[in-house]
Amino acid sequence: MGKLLEVRGLKTEFETGEGTVKAVDGITYDVDEGETVAIVGESGSGKSVGALSILGLIPNPPGKIIAGEIIFAGQDLLKLDDAGIRRVRGGEIGMVFQEPMTSLNPVLTIGLQLTETMLVHLSMSQHEADQRAVELLGLVGIGEPERRLRQFPHHLSGGMRQRVMIALALSCKPKLIIADEPTTALDVTIQAQILELMKELNRTMNVAQIIITHNLGVVARYADRVNVMYAGKIVEMGNAGQIYHRPRHPYTVGLLKSVPRMDQPRGQRLIPIEGQPPDLSRLDQGCSYRPRCQWMIDECASHYPPLEDSGDAQLSACWRRSELDELREAS
Amino acid sequence: MSATAEVLQVEPQFKEVAVGETLLQVRNLKMHFPVTEGIMFQRTIAHVKAVDGVSFDIQRGETLGLVGESGCGKTTTGRCILQLEKATAGNIIYRGVDLTTLHDKQLMPVRTHIQVIFQDPYSSLNPRMKVGDIIGEPMMVHRIQSDRSACHKRVTELLNVCGLSAKFADRYPHEMSGGQRQRVGIARALALNPDIIVCDEAVSALDVSIQAQVINLLEDLRDEFHLTYLFIAHDLSVVRHLCNRVAVMYLGKIMELAGGDELFDNPQHPYTKALLSAVPVPDPSIEQQRQHQVLHGEVPSPMYPPSGCVFHPRCTYAVDGCRRDIPPLREIVKDHHVACSEV
Repeated sequence: MGKLLEVRGLKTEFETGEGTVKAVDGITYDVDEGETVAIVGESGSGKSVGALSILGLIPNPPGKIIAGEIIFAGQDLLKLDDAGIRRVRGGEIGMVFQEPMTSLNPVLTIGLQLTETMLVHLSMSQHEADQRAVELLGLVGIGEPERRLRQFPHHLSGGMRQRVMIALALSCKPKLIIADEPTTALDVTIQAQILELMKELNRTMNVAQIIITHNLGVVARYADRVNVMYAGKIVEMGNAGQIYHRPRHPYTVGLLKSVPRMDQPRGQRLIPIEGQPPDLSRLDQGCSYRPRCQWMIDECASHYPPLEDSGDAQLSACWRRSELDELREAS
Repeated sequence: MSATAEVLQVEPQFKEVAVGETLLQVRNLKMHFPVTEGIMFQRTIAHVKAVDGVSFDIQRGETLGLVGESGCGKTTTGRCILQLEKATAGNIIYRGVDLTTLHDKQLMPVRTHIQVIFQDPYSSLNPRMKVGDIIGEPMMVHRIQSDRSACHKRVTELLNVCGLSAKFADRYPHEMSGGQRQRVGIARALALNPDIIVCDEAVSALDVSIQAQVINLLEDLRDEFHLTYLFIAHDLSVVRHLCNRVAVMYLGKIMELAGGDELFDNPQHPYTKALLSAVPVPDPSIEQQRQHQVLHGEVPSPMYPPSGCVFHPRCTYAVDGCRRDIPPLREIVKDHHVACSEV
């Protein structure tokens, strides 16, 4: 499998009244063809900003990509002009956003929104586009597609709208779909439907996916590889099995311990991560997780640990990455 | 003062209830919201049956979970218990007093007994009030603390109990994080020493690491102050963790009601089974092997609920009878109630 997307040292900052917020602070990762990569993190960890940077959707001002490369299918997306990025966005890279309520235009019919993309990117005739729209709605499991095309978003339920969003993302035969919290706003049974659909499309059409989520269960089921983000940086990277069974960063360890799980005995006390995420405009040179870390040492305050291999291609940004297995056992 | 007015002034007399005895009874609760048409001459064209015949008990000291998808009526049930909605039909009996028969003035003392924690820590705190005033206001309204300094002392105490330092009393909500605000919401609910706290999606809006902190706080408070919770949530793993008994709702009706272990280890209703199967477990080796039973279709409109069993259009086990007869909630083994004729 070849590399489809390479993100190299991406830095995105926002100018605010309180100073410069380093929302994304030097992240580097790859996505292979047909692969599903999950980006996990809490609010404010930079996971969405990182994805929006790929698509050139960072509002400027206040936001600005100040460094890095985003190489997609051989070209650096950051070097493209507006017209160039528009050809990629919605074409070869599709996107699905969190809020199916707000990401569709409420005054345009489903049909118009679906065909518009295809008219622009694939230079189809209106008739061809209409036909393909019917096909697409069928593909994402919406019954009576001809009737749905004439309806407006408010006629559809949340789950249906998210299916329309996926149909939109698929319309121009993308190589990569970026899904930003695709199921967070949905009920659990609808979430299962949408995720099964995305998995199915990944299998049958070999579309690579970046799924951004805070739900560790969703990641466990659907992702091949996982990037864990904290305070604008990737702190751990590995395949799903490694991350869950042998986490090598204290934040990942804490995150896994703090969720109640359906497969464990009831009544066990949760072990939360104490404290709060840091203020991104006031970061120092040390590790940003150290105020909440139970295994902090002096080195953590003086230098930020590099994201390095801790064995088996699992990367961790922790000075104590090699001791972490024993530390975890001991606690 | 006329005789009737005097009757209305009578304060409700609450019975003493020991731990483990029934504190609150909900009987055949119905909440139907009218849907109107027309501007000047509004006429009711239909009713949204948000809650349609719900009955359950809450024992003193227990945590009852109320789960279900959006629109199943779990929040409306909570609001009816809080008397924030006037129920269309049914009774809510708290310590021997039927709350649905009381008028506003008589409800005043009830409000000190039943409190609420809301979902959204951003919109449930007044942005123009300092945290100290937010927590102190219920005590002033109910004249629990006579003077300002006593009130201030109690606010400090409540902040400490909820894991916040006293300096937060002088801050405004916007200066705090989501987790801290939710702690303020909890402190406010505790201010009147309530018996029951209705937690309406109290941890749903919080990040994973903060959510665990607040869940632990709720557990500690329950043990310390012998609180009874009605815990309304859609996240099944949180409900499983926190609740002694769980009621599963669907389209305004209770589908299954059982003890926590029983419900999660031995679910009987097809809807409960599907709901549990849809929750992913954070472990790839389990999760990628597990068979998911994906529920097809969507929740029908509560304005025109299906005939018979409301779940039958999505149920894989539905037979002819399900379309016709409404299955009652019946006890299949001790303390395990299921509303399904095929179980």
